[in-house]
Amino acid sequence: MRILKFLLQKEFLQIFRNKAMLPIIFVLPVIQLVVLTYAADFELENISYVFVDNDHSQESENLMAQFNASKYFRNKGAKVDFNTGMEALDHNQATLLLRIPRGFAEKLQKEKKASLMLDVNSIDGQAATLSYSYASEIINDFSNNIVQKWNGLPNKVVLPVNVVSRYWFNEEMEYKNLMVPGILALLVTMVGMFLSAMNIVREKEIGTIEQINVTPINKVYFLIGKLTPFWVISIFELSFGLIIGKLIFDIPINGSLPLLYAYTSIYLLVILGIGLWISTLTDTQQQAMFLAWFFIVIFILMSGLFTPIENMPGWAQKLTWINPIAFYIKVIRAVLLKGSTFADIQMDFVIMSVFAVVVLTLATLSYKKRV
Amino acid sequence: MKEFIAFIKKEFYHIFRDRRTLLVLFGMPLAQLLLFGYAITTEVTNADLAVYNQSSGQFTNQLVDKLVSSDFFNLTENVHSKDEMMDVFRKSKAKIIVVIPPDFEQKFNRREAQIQLIADGSDPNLASILTNSATGIIMTWMKGHAGNAMQIETINNEVRWHYNPELKSVSMFVPGVITIILMLVSAMLSSISITREKELGTIEILYVSPLKPVTIIIGKLVPFIILSIFNAAFILLMAYIIFSVPVNGSIMLLLLESLLFIITALSLGVLISTVSETQQTALMLSLFGLMLPTILLSGFIFPISSMPLPLQIISNVIPAKWFLIIIKDIMLKGVGIMYVWKETLVLVGMTIGLIGLSIKKYNIRLQ
Amino acid sequence: MSDNLAIIATDLTKKFGDFVAVDAITFEVKKGEIFGFLGANGAGKTTAIKMLCGLSRPTSGQAIISGFDIYSQSELIKKNIGYMSQHFSLYQDMTIRENIRFYGGIYGLKSKDIKTRGSKLIQELELEDYADRFVGELPLGWKQKLAFSIAIIHNPGIVFLDEPTSGVDPITRRQFWNMIYKAAARGITVFVTTHYLEEAEYCNRVSIMVDGEMRDFDTPRELMKKYNKPTMNDVFLHMAVRSKRKGD
Repeated sequence: MRILKFLLQKEFLQIFRNKAMLPIIFVLPVIQLVVLTYAADFELENISYVFVDNDHSQESENLMAQFNASKYFRNKGAKVDFNTGMEALDHNQATLLLRIPRGFAEKLQKEKKASLMLDVNSIDGQAATLSYSYASEIINDFSNNIVQKWNGLPNKVVLPVNVVSRYWFNEEMEYKNLMVPGILALLVTMVGMFLSAMNIVREKEIGTIEQINVTPINKVYFLIGKLTPFWVISIFELSFGLIIGKLIFDIPINGSLPLLYAYTSIYLLVILGIGLWISTLTDTQQQAMFLAWFFIVIFILMSGLFTPIENMPGWAQKLTWINPIAFYIKVIRAVLLKGSTFADIQMDFVIMSVFAVVVLTLATLSYKKRV
Repeated sequence: MKEFIAFIKKEFYHIFRDRRTLLVLFGMPLAQLLLFGYAITTEVTNADLAVYNQSSGQFTNQLVDKLVSSDFFNLTENVHSKDEMMDVFRKSKAKIIVVIPPDFEQKFNRREAQIQLIADGSDPNLASILTNSATGIIMTWMKGHAGNAMQIETINNEVRWHYNPELKSVSMFVPGVITIILMLVSAMLSSISITREKELGTIEILYVSPLKPVTIIIGKLVPFIILSIFNAAFILLMAYIIFSVPVNGSIMLLLLESLLFIITALSLGVLISTVSETQQTALMLSLFGLMLPTILLSGFIFPISSMPLPLQIISNVIPAKWFLIIIKDIMLKGVGIMYVWKETLVLVGMTIGLIGLSIKKYNIRLQ
Repeated sequence: MSDNLAIIATDLTKKFGDFVAVDAITFEVKKGEIFGFLGANGAGKTTAIKMLCGLSRPTSGQAIISGFDIYSQSELIKKNIGYMSQHFSLYQDMTIRENIRFYGGIYGLKSKDIKTRGSKLIQELELEDYADRFVGELPLGWKQKLAFSIAIIHNPGIVFLDEPTSGVDPITRRQFWNMIYKAAARGITVFVTTHYLEEAEYCNRVSIMVDGEMRDFDTPRELMKKYNKPTMNDVFLHMAVRSKRKGD
């Protein structure tokens, strides 16, 4: 146990003495948390569009007025024909082109049926379908109004069932409530894994590891000595991030913080364990970093942070069962936003503990004092 | 010149000896493509759904069957009280709960019935997708029971999708993956290869050699340029072979633009190396410092036009933003240089700026 | 019989694939002696020393260090040896005192001992004014002397020195050897590899390695007599002339 004291002293000394690293560890994540949270918003606004009005009627003007009034759309001007309209799409000036054909109003009046043409840039398929559905909502409203005006029908057909949607835990549907815990989880994970992955291999590269390996030091102590400082730093980062989240973004903290810290503690053992494992397997810091990056990217993409897990096919959803980041993001959201209690997430504790045991065992086994 | 070539050979040797790095370099984009192509779709499947059906009877059971027989939803729980609903959410056993009131059937006939969809709003994006899907299914079911003339369709929308007519998500991700890989890999490799020599002290040996410092740096970068171009071509090829994502524009132009972007990223890496004393610092700056901003502020995942104004302004200094526009235009829209010359100029300007800054910092160090 | 032997190596061999780095070397080192391990670069010296220190697992053969078996008791061996590697391996971003404290600590010395031995060490090296300077700022010769002192801070029975004086000026080299004599006088067995052949004559006994094999070992005087050469340099050249491995 006394040996641990000397190991920890040394590790902390080296971390805090590296003046260039301190801002990277402590300031950079905070800036990223603040800035990137604002960036991560799925809500589509300001969809830029151009239009071609070949009808020049009162109706076509009314329709355009409704588009202009919508918060979803931003008018980028009238175009004379299809080709100039498409030109605007080619030049990224607009993502949607609306064309009102000649005789639109007349046809609508006589035949009660008319057509509109929409051309959408669908490179981002999801955004494109969303833009289209916003546009069709406006067009539907417009046509309902017309029908009412002409026929004296009620504004809306009364449906037998009225479907009401409510959103619990986030009534206002604020994205920051989703993104702050998510990005915070990511930053804590990245700092922890990158630092731990580079640590042992750095001693290999510099050559100091040999001097350690000829001492009678127990390798378990050695690994604990390596792991603890990063564990402390990561816990500190989490706290820092939560304070920022509360002060700047006013994210709700509905559950118990000790519970969140308890879960984070186990989670960090897994992440740092993976980092140390990578460190024992590699020969250079570059390799370690590339490997850690590889794992992190795969874990993040499959974690449900940027795209919901429900957006994956069944086999991929099953794969999230071996993804610690997916569990952590789920739990941090559950505790902070939904106020989940220990009883609610005890299964997650069990699973994370199993991960921790497996990963730490692997790291210990693959660290060899004698090659 | 002879020394220069010998030097480049040495650098190549360094790269190709490190099999693990190479494996990640080419394995990473492949893995990402596969994930984006197969694992991350735009369709929701198997979302966990719970039902709070207070109205017993054939009629509502039919509705529930309709909901859970779709691919969208997966019935996990039948709840019987409001407390249980809360419990289901807290245990993350369901993302959405359908609440059917006791007198549903009678009210249905009077056209007064109500169904509540309660979604877990902790993921607003998913929550709205789920309520929309559920509403759609309920509406379809209702039409079957309420007869015709629900709504008169007066205006018919003729919609056409351009540049990605099948709405494949992988088409959007291929340019994104290329952009991110090129940015991070180039910045990391160049910053680390210079700081490593600094840390190990071998850079001094190079400085006393007859080669000029600028030549040394260029010599270090040439292999990375070649490697990165290969990497970009590899990603394009894989995207074409596996997902038939085509390059609609000129491949030559695309590779030239990639070359420009690689040089931008390498210059950024060189700049990072001038401010880093250790590999650790260089790696953290180039990977941890660049990864999330490149992903989130380039327009790769979140559209820039939806961001708040200050962020839209900040996004202009992210080189990846400009390259992403260029590569999407060339690959998917199939346009030529006339359409992307502005973005190209921005990248050229950034590169010159970064190189100038590095030289300035570098000269201060040498003095 | 083995009571007065610090190291007994029998047919110790290390192979890397087809390459035989160390080929069945057999030798004994007596307690308290300074044993020189000579050889050109690439002869297998470092590989041999790493096996003896428990850093590298032998492919075959036996070795007993301080009475402990190299295979099954390597952690016990580590308590009783000191090691100074070819590459400088103190922490450059820590001060002299911090390095002493760290290494003393992980060898399990009491805090009191670390303090007294540390100050004595600093005093002997005349580094009082630099004790709180970063090790990375010291000149190479000082670093090497410091590394040696720290390698024996826990009073090991044997210390292994791998090319301790390479790249160091002749005066510092002389001082370094004085430190080695002092350590030997304290009863520490010194196992030292070198390619400076004049240093061989400072050793009680030397062995000569060529191409992974141990060609001979004896006192320098006996070896010079046996091969009828005036200096150890000539002895070495005589043996190494048929080397197949080129030094680098």
